Amino acid sequence: MDKELAREVILENFQHPVNKSEVMGSDYQKVNTRNPNCIDNIDLYIKFNNDKIEDIHFLGEACAISTASTSVMIKNLIGKTIKEAKEYINNFYAMCDEEEYDDTLLKEGLAFQDIYKQSNRKHCATLPYKGILKALEEYENK
Amino acid sequence: MHRDDFPMLRQDIIYLDNGATSLKPQCVIDKMTDYYENYSANAHRGDYDISYKVDLEYENTRDLVKDFIGAKRKEEIVFTSGTTDSLNLIVNGFFSGLLEAGDEIILTKTEHASNVMPWFRVAGETGAIIKYIPLDDNNFVTLDNLKKVVTPKTKVISLAEITNVVGDIRPIKEITKFAHERDIFVVVDGAQSVPHIKTNVSDTDVDFLAFSAHKMCGPTGVGVLYAKYELMQNIEPMNLGGGMNESFDAPDKMVLKEVPTRFEAGTPNISGVIGLGEAIKYLNKVGMDKISAYEKNLRSYLIEKLVSIPHIDILNIEADSGIVAFNVDGLFSEDVAYYLNKYGICVRAGSHCAKLTKDVLGVANSIRVSLYFYNTESEIDSLVELLKDKDKIMKEMF
Repeated sequence: MDKELAREVILENFQHPVNKSEVMGSDYQKVNTRNPNCIDNIDLYIKFNNDKIEDIHFLGEACAISTASTSVMIKNLIGKTIKEAKEYINNFYAMCDEEEYDDTLLKEGLAFQDIYKQSNRKHCATLPYKGILKALEEYENK
Repeated sequence: MHRDDFPMLRQDIIYLDNGATSLKPQCVIDKMTDYYENYSANAHRGDYDISYKVDLEYENTRDLVKDFIGAKRKEEIVFTSGTTDSLNLIVNGFFSGLLEAGDEIILTKTEHASNVMPWFRVAGETGAIIKYIPLDDNNFVTLDNLKKVVTPKTKVISLAEITNVVGDIRPIKEITKFAHERDIFVVVDGAQSVPHIKTNVSDTDVDFLAFSAHKMCGPTGVGVLYAKYELMQNIEPMNLGGGMNESFDAPDKMVLKEVPTRFEAGTPNISGVIGLGEAIKYLNKVGMDKISAYEKNLRSYLIEKLVSIPHIDILNIEADSGIVAFNVDGLFSEDVAYYLNKYGICVRAGSHCAKLTKDVLGVANSIRVSLYFYNTESEIDSLVELLKDKDKIMKEMF
């Protein structure tokens, strides 16, 4: 993704993130995700329907990169099966870790393709993914 | 002032995070190196010249600390690993044996974690109750507001002389007078005050004072607990071991050394203590009154500039210390700190270890500028220039 476009995607998703609201209800699973070395702190609310992710919301205080990354992740994961979601997540991590990845899957997630150059911001971009992986594990172990 | 004394200032940085730790002058670094290079023996146990020199230097710092904070005798000074260690020692070694169910511990919501969490635990263990002094419109502590929460059940008031986010200077002497008339103990967290304003425990009459060397031009890993001599006898040492005992023959036959040695088990942080002594000599030379006056002026200069920027929200306009907390409208504090870092400006972002403070400030996180005497108006000009242009911040914050 072009650098200017990437910046616009991040800024847009930071200033106008999707689904930034708390969701109450027993059909939503809540997980908290944070990094030990910064102050980002996000709650994710996930609704599963059998093997599908039906809805995700979030709330919390986090930096531009974390907030934008959460918003982009939510857009890309809603409607996916758990298997598809894991594939997306693995590709996102691979991109952040400078490994081979399928760039056709990531859509707006590609805005973070240069994040590996700022090692201290990598944990910001991957913060929501840490949370969703925890939620998936909890859901699958139920 | 005195910028040439600090090797770190030869770098192209603007250091505005003195609330976290201060920079170290060359003389402190040299003094510690001298110990490691020329008389690197242990304390209190050598029968040879260089170990004797260690004792002299180590104990000399105790004298220097005593005079620096206006204590009556050197035995009232205990070396710890820092403010956190000192506060934990007071809470666990003194108050845990004294507090009973229903007793009241008075704090404020703007205290640092280390002046909250040890009290939370001791409250849980003893059934004591935590109460908070209501703060005024500026989030300051007043004696009148303290009076509203004190009851016959109140046993202790523990508060910072200067808080690390709001930065107000508390009326410790008046508070202590009021407390002592009611047999209430006063514990003071001096981490942010001792380095910046003149401290005199004989004048304020506080019972306990905790502070750290590294925020006052000294090394990391060393701090001080001051306790009134008569109270010190009742503090239970937390660490038992070498250097602090007279003899031990059986579980019921352990004889401890006198205070303060009984609180300093194990090999102490010798170079650190010696470095603290040098830092005190240095601060005395600069002059504590000069330091506070200079910081107050510098703060006014910063505030004057910041208030004229519409997208800056200052959280503590009125405070008298060198601490200024603010946010840039709509932006996350860490992003702004990250942006300033690109220009070599070091500020702190976050909750600053004062997580109850969000209840009073209404925001959990902020950017904190904390000044010291080596900061300058021109450094502030550079900071303000970068904060003026919000579009630039947004463009460069990630």
